[in-house]
Amino acid sequence: MKKIINLTIDDQKIAVDEGTTILEAARKSGIKIPTLCYHEDLCIAGNCRICVVEQENMRSLPAACATPVSEGMVINTNSTKVRNARKFLVELLLSEHNADCTACVKNRHCELQTLAEQNHIREHTFIDLKDDKNYTIDKLSPAIIIDYSKCIRCQRCVRTCEEIQAISALSAAYKGKDMKITTFFEKPINTVVCSTCGQCVAHCPTGALTEHFYIDEVWDAINDPDKHVVVQTAPSVRVALGEEFGLKPGTIVTGKMVAALRRLGFDEVEDTDFTADLTVIEEGNELLRRLKAKLADKDESVKLPMVTTCSPAWVKYCEHAFSDLLGHLSTCKSPMSMFGALSKTYYAEKFKLDPAKIVSVAIMPCIAKKFESNRPEMRASGYKDTDYVLTTRELAIMIKQAGIDFNTLKDSSFDSLMGVASGAGLIFGNSGGVMEAALRCAYMIVVGKDIPFEDLSITPLHGSEGEIVEMSVKFTGTKPEWSFLEGVTVNVAHANMLSNAYKIMEEIKNGTSKYHFVEIMSCPGGCIGGAGQPLPTNKAKRTARKEAIYSGEKLIEIRKSQDNPEIVNIYDDYLGKPLEEKAHKLLHVPGFTPRKRY
Amino acid sequence: MNDGKKINRIDSIFKDYVDNKFDYLRMIMKMSNEEIIKDLMDSGLKGRGGAGFPTGNKWKLAAEQPSGEKFVVCNADEGEPGTFKDKEILLKVPHKVLTGMTACSKVTGAKRGYIYLRWEYKFMKDDLQKSVDEFNEVLKEMKIDFKIYIFLGAGAYVCGEESALFDSMEGMRGEPRNKPPFPTVSGFMGKPTVINNVETFATSTMILSFGGENYAKLGTDVSHGSKLFSISGDTSIPGIYELELGMTLHEFVEKFGDGDTKAVSVGGVSGALVPRKKFKDTIIGWEGVPTGGAMILFNSTRSIYRILHNYLDFFEEESCGQCTPCRIGCQQLKKGIEAVKKGEEDPSYLDTLANLSKVMNVSAKCGLGQSVMNPVLSAVNNFREELIY
Repeated sequence: MKKIINLTIDDQKIAVDEGTTILEAARKSGIKIPTLCYHEDLCIAGNCRICVVEQENMRSLPAACATPVSEGMVINTNSTKVRNARKFLVELLLSEHNADCTACVKNRHCELQTLAEQNHIREHTFIDLKDDKNYTIDKLSPAIIIDYSKCIRCQRCVRTCEEIQAISALSAAYKGKDMKITTFFEKPINTVVCSTCGQCVAHCPTGALTEHFYIDEVWDAINDPDKHVVVQTAPSVRVALGEEFGLKPGTIVTGKMVAALRRLGFDEVEDTDFTADLTVIEEGNELLRRLKAKLADKDESVKLPMVTTCSPAWVKYCEHAFSDLLGHLSTCKSPMSMFGALSKTYYAEKFKLDPAKIVSVAIMPCIAKKFESNRPEMRASGYKDTDYVLTTRELAIMIKQAGIDFNTLKDSSFDSLMGVASGAGLIFGNSGGVMEAALRCAYMIVVGKDIPFEDLSITPLHGSEGEIVEMSVKFTGTKPEWSFLEGVTVNVAHANMLSNAYKIMEEIKNGTSKYHFVEIMSCPGGCIGGAGQPLPTNKAKRTARKEAIYSGEKLIEIRKSQDNPEIVNIYDDYLGKPLEEKAHKLLHVPGFTPRKRY
Repeated sequence: MNDGKKINRIDSIFKDYVDNKFDYLRMIMKMSNEEIIKDLMDSGLKGRGGAGFPTGNKWKLAAEQPSGEKFVVCNADEGEPGTFKDKEILLKVPHKVLTGMTACSKVTGAKRGYIYLRWEYKFMKDDLQKSVDEFNEVLKEMKIDFKIYIFLGAGAYVCGEESALFDSMEGMRGEPRNKPPFPTVSGFMGKPTVINNVETFATSTMILSFGGENYAKLGTDVSHGSKLFSISGDTSIPGIYELELGMTLHEFVEKFGDGDTKAVSVGGVSGALVPRKKFKDTIIGWEGVPTGGAMILFNSTRSIYRILHNYLDFFEEESCGQCTPCRIGCQQLKKGIEAVKKGEEDPSYLDTLANLSKVMNVSAKCGLGQSVMNPVLSAVNNFREELIY
């Protein structure tokens, strides 16, 4: 039992557990203390000082986020002293900040702008400091753009990169007036250890960190009569896009999203969930092939556990941090890149289109996908497989640009050929989804029966955010060709956030890993918490999206990837057998790229 | 007007009152922990670094923490402009500091002690290391389970702030931490830590050899004992002096000034800049203007504008930069006084700057940003014309 502490905030008597901060205690009582450097996903920094409050009998104003409550404490969150301090603090931040709000991507979504409004800032009390700062913009990365003129040095990005991803690509440098947030030796972000996951972007309160926008390029392609523009949408976009139009987090807007894409002028609207199903087949077969080689044929060169590669930030991180363990990575491309390759081969052939004239666009919850689409490995079709990647937020901007009233759109459905998906494809949006989908598929191949879970829902894998979730599957009653798996217990695990990936990989490196198969997603909660999703990011929103994915799956009749008729067709008509011939050429990467650790 | 004491020179720190420099240690190790704490409490000793936390209390708080790993850290990051007494202590009587640290380890149960030596003092590191090695040898002979190490800083003013100092020792960027928790609960490596200034440890040794009550006879009811003053500026007798606490600034200036003293920075750049008209009313101590020991005298040939500008130049560079009021406030104060001087801002802008310094004083994360107000307010309130014309 924790000790109960009694205190008074704004004349309200409050009792909370010992260790609670003033900020938490206030929020519990419905008292809103403004914050800026605080983020619920991150540790307390207490550096912006916006949340200062007045404490009775104390000279200085403690920061509410960083100060634990104490017995008998009397707090005033709205005294003249507090208001004056807060106003000055916001004005100080503005004096260092490029407040060209109308030309800023974060206009109306910027936390500093909101504070300026709430604190009734109507003049510039202080001298403009921007001219002395030599601010620059780093635009070299295809994924992340850093506009140093908008940075307020709250270090949310620094804490994100360190705590969530265990990378520390961004950190504080210099001191005093020169203190800034930057990369190793101030190199461009595309040349350092950055995984491009973009969680820094998702946690940045201002427009200092943003994705690299490709909206104009996509409009140009749509408006070019010579181009055939095909678009794919990732599973987790449909449970988040609605937030940009005022709908509750977790609202499923698949039909409206497809309708909006058609209205925008895309020639064909297909579904990444389809290639997620394809990934399941390829990856499931790859796992079984590795298990056979290792367990039955005793081939020691085969690496286990096999680790998924759907998350591009994870792949890049692994190339940097564990470049000697790349043999553990599945050679399967991500669903997006499988789609990209097929859009300029299978799709072009079926519709008799010149692949040179096809522009393949992907709507993703992700910023790292922008990096992935630009990888030299992703040109199996002979062209750039995926031309442009847009985030969920960019799609929302395009819909608003086009003047589409999203909420009144009539539902539309995906086009065929690569537009049908099983529930297994949809759950890729959640951390653990790839694992669940692959187990359903592999179990059926090995045993010839459905994996014994009610409704095929492997709930032990659903886990919660930030956990390493483990599970064991025992194969009994195997088909003759899989008899080497009879009675074998296969250990699997999945985790999100690269800080967890680090733990799993360290075990693999030390030879203490007990797993056969591991799924890793870079972002909190998986793709539903991707850095390209509507902002702000927080656990409540991510949970709502996660539940929407699982409940959405229940509505889909086909639950296993191999039962998807379009999947059956593509193997029969075009790819041949999993892992072989065309499938091998188009759906697998030739290899990975070892990278430096700094 | 005041009941300030006359100037009274004391010689407790630099003079040895024993035949052998290890006699202090032998004597103190015979005392019980309770006796040590009682002597320090009785002496009324407050931290000599400037912040003035009662030393006996600090040691007691750390001693009361559940047993386990604890540390004693000696803050030798003497960075305050105008102070140079700790350097002298470490050069002349290091054994008193090391003895004080050992007494603290006895009370708290710490097994390791660190001296955080500022980068600019690396010239003395070899000599100090010899003293430490010799001392550690004696500790070993006496079967005292305590060992002292030297840690060399990297030259940041802010690392004199205790929690930034711990960050620096832990290999991180030196940035002040949120408090609470205080070092006695969670300090170096997150363990209970007593961190004291060099002079505080040396003084503790002398208190324990003289007796706390005897020590408390010196000074006033609020500011007990004597302390070292680093005296510089417009004086013909600069240097380090040990003086009984409680004198007025007037007494002080009579003795050390050049007859034309216009202002004194009491406590270095982060202390108040006291004008001549307040010398008689100002007692140097906790009842008046406290100081970590830096006393910089200025005569009438000095421009207060240029002094303040110089101070702000120092602060805007030496702020760690993490918190808003300190990082941006210091820049604004410097830009602001420049603008008023050039006529780009109205003289009334000085009041805005004074208010800004007050906001910094209550909202900055650590003592650095909080104390910038001291020279700013003194200058704006007492030397306004010099800032305008």
